[in-house]
Amino acid sequence: MTEIAIKNVFKEYNGNPILERVNVTLPDHEFCLILGSSGAGKSTLLRMLLSQETPSRGEILIDGEPIDIEPQADRGVVFQRYSVFPHKTVLDNVLAGPSFRESRFFGRLFGGRKAKLRDRAMELLEQVGLSDAADKYPVQLSGGMQQRLAIAQALIMEPKVLLLDEPFGALDQSTKKSMHKLILDLWNANKMTIVMVTHDIQEAFTLGTRVLMVDKLRRDPQAPEAYGSTIVHDLRLDPARKAPLDPSDSEENQSMEDIFLKWAGRMDHAIVEGAPHPTTTEAASVSAKEVA
Amino acid sequence: MRRAINYVPDRHSGLILAILPFVFLMGIYLVGSDARLSANPDDKLMPGLRAFFDAINHLAFTENRRTGEYVFWTDTLISLQRIFIGLSISTVLAIAIGLPIGLLPYLNRLFGPFMAAFSLIPPLAVLPILFIIFGLGELSKIVLIIFGVAPFLIRDMAMATLAIPKEQIVKAQTLSASSWQILIHVVFPQVLPRLFDSLRLMLGATWLFLIAAEAIASEGGLGYRIFLVRRYLAMDVILPYVAWITLLAFLMDYFLMLGSRAMCLWHHIR
Repeated sequence: MTEIAIKNVFKEYNGNPILERVNVTLPDHEFCLILGSSGAGKSTLLRMLLSQETPSRGEILIDGEPIDIEPQADRGVVFQRYSVFPHKTVLDNVLAGPSFRESRFFGRLFGGRKAKLRDRAMELLEQVGLSDAADKYPVQLSGGMQQRLAIAQALIMEPKVLLLDEPFGALDQSTKKSMHKLILDLWNANKMTIVMVTHDIQEAFTLGTRVLMVDKLRRDPQAPEAYGSTIVHDLRLDPARKAPLDPSDSEENQSMEDIFLKWAGRMDHAIVEGAPHPTTTEAASVSAKEVA
Repeated sequence: MRRAINYVPDRHSGLILAILPFVFLMGIYLVGSDARLSANPDDKLMPGLRAFFDAINHLAFTENRRTGEYVFWTDTLISLQRIFIGLSISTVLAIAIGLPIGLLPYLNRLFGPFMAAFSLIPPLAVLPILFIIFGLGELSKIVLIIFGVAPFLIRDMAMATLAIPKEQIVKAQTLSASSWQILIHVVFPQVLPRLFDSLRLMLGATWLFLIAAEAIASEGGLGYRIFLVRRYLAMDVILPYVAWITLLAFLMDYFLMLGSRAMCLWHHIR
């Protein structure tokens, strides 16, 4: 049971209010998405949940206890970039957390304990689809695979909350779709709370059981910094009652070409030359003509 | 007719072009030397190949009658020893002081400005002080190298530490890492490639400090020998010694590069 309570939280930098009067309670096993335009303060809110920053006023409680003043293992995190260690292999990245916890001086396990941990790590890599890449370095992985690694690295610590800061923002559409499926599967399997920041509204409503919108309630045109943002919308969604947006959206692993052809189909009436479902070679000559 | 920037030599041409300046220089030297020697056979300024050969033979392959040593190799060993000890201690200081300064904000505020000022003290101006304190033996020469190299490396390591993305430090904390574990498992491996690179760049300065210290007060070593035979205008000794020092510096640079490739696989992939 993990209940997160954000009580009357304010945050300001150098006298400029960023967030004011933030009040929200997330019950156990919530998938909460925080939406907002750039600079609205949604990442600041996530950083306060992480303890990377402290509220100027108010408090954040997990299960009735105030959160630790430092980032700790009860709250896992996945950032948009720099979320994994580039100098460790995929497997070592996942082994890192428990190794730090069990071996305070060396930060490394040996023998029997290492073997058991290794098995658990490989299981997790299997779940995120990286079991073939265990000995590769992050630089050899694509963006989507790096984010999968970051998620596995966080999940092996079994945190109460998983915090994600625009984790799929830098990924292309088809990769994003497979990441959405992955995160939903992991959320269902692990029964933990997830809080994710995004500016993709479709993503928010597709994934979330709770959607929050952060924005400024009051604006002073003469002094744009005078007021902070707060939660302006707070919706609870029942995943069982969500209408499927598009039957084909539920297909796994849509390649970029699949999405392209789907859109070409939708735009059929606007296409001047070429058919909506060309073969690969025809597609090449069609796009050359359209450019000319 | 293209722009000059768009002419790119292929691999073979590139190799030939690389060797060309060396061959050219050798050619000019031989022509000049020949001209001078035909005018004046006792010329000391540009000895011929025969003179070089004799000098090297005498120093490297003939036992010295008085001391029983092979002078060239003894000099090499002494100089390399001083450099090796000096650089090793500097590296240890760079890691032990530089990394914590970069990682811990209190240490950063405390030592950052001080190290910056310290690294601006000209090492050669400090040399007489070192001789006074440590005498004229091995210690003062090694301390000079440390004095010249360590402050720079410490600042470099501190800056490299500060350059590590904050996200990684926060992530490590959520993986329950302590400051010590962050230091050895997140910071150290990532600054290691830069340490190798900085050491390579400091080789020129290191040899400079060594030769200067040996020139002023020493009983052996490559720099000592060069300045000793200066009085006899012995270019036939000096030029081979200079070429040898250059070769040694090149080999050290090469081995540091190999070291980086071996110890920091992740950095050199792709």
